[in-house]
Amino acid sequence: MPIGDTIPLTPVRWEDVLFLALATLLIVSALLVVSLRDIIHCGLAMIVSFAALAGIYVLLGNPLLAATQVLVYIGAISILILFAIMLTQTKNAPARLVFQTQARLAAPAAAAIALAIAGVVLTTTWPAGGERLWTSTTEISTLLFSDYVLPFETVSVLLTAAVVGAVVLARRDPGESALDELPPSPDQGEAPAGSEPGDEGGRS
Amino acid sequence: MSGSLDSYLILSGILFAIGAFGFLARRNAISMLMSIELMLNAVNLTIVAFGAFVKPLSGHASVIALLVVAVAAAEATVGLAIVLAIYRNRRTPLVDEYHEMQQ
Repeated sequence: MPIGDTIPLTPVRWEDVLFLALATLLIVSALLVVSLRDIIHCGLAMIVSFAALAGIYVLLGNPLLAATQVLVYIGAISILILFAIMLTQTKNAPARLVFQTQARLAAPAAAAIALAIAGVVLTTTWPAGGERLWTSTTEISTLLFSDYVLPFETVSVLLTAAVVGAVVLARRDPGESALDELPPSPDQGEAPAGSEPGDEGGRS
Repeated sequence: MSGSLDSYLILSGILFAIGAFGFLARRNAISMLMSIELMLNAVNLTIVAFGAFVKPLSGHASVIALLVVAVAAAEATVGLAIVLAIYRNRRTPLVDEYHEMQQ
């Protein structure tokens, strides 16, 4: 059964209701991302904001990008960030200060950015038609493999380099890891203190 | 409201400002990376909105937005690896405690 263009008995259009709901969800969850005390909750609010943005992409008539948003942002980047949070969380971190001292300067600066963007947007006449256009996946893929082949290949090289670089950065050196996990020995005199670090240095 | 370019651009401007505030104000390095992701999302929303409303841009905007998503994924990977590497040395994710180079 087809649904009408507007909500029954009112002149309000469904698209406007959806846009308002998704925009409110997006802004509220983004505010939660930057203001919550527990960083795990920040990560979960970030997932909500990514999902709301995927909904807005659908409203803009771009289903391929909405699917990419769900796959890459919700599926990959959020999980990556949650893993990094769990690896770096310390016990007393939520009890400490959330914001730096420059937060009271950052808040008016961010508000000024938002006001400036809104002013520019409202005073400019954009060369835009009134109606949204549906972007077909065929059009995107044709462009991606004809006009944009060089950026596409460059991005693939960049992703490979990023993976290799992340592995190199996040890997422990063999010597460092052995020293790190060594418990501090209570009796320093018994163990030959000088020999072990030298041994580690020789191996690494 | 959903049929005009202005509302999408203002929405993305607000999202960008929230991300900029989080990047400047949070102490945790991972929170700063999350704020960067918010800002990248705002930029992507702008690109897609222009593509949806300006006829000659429609396919190009989507391709550029896809490339931005891929670069954002690479940035998040390397950034989180750097945060983990610093955390291993300093035992804290708070950026205002990284002050070795101040002297």
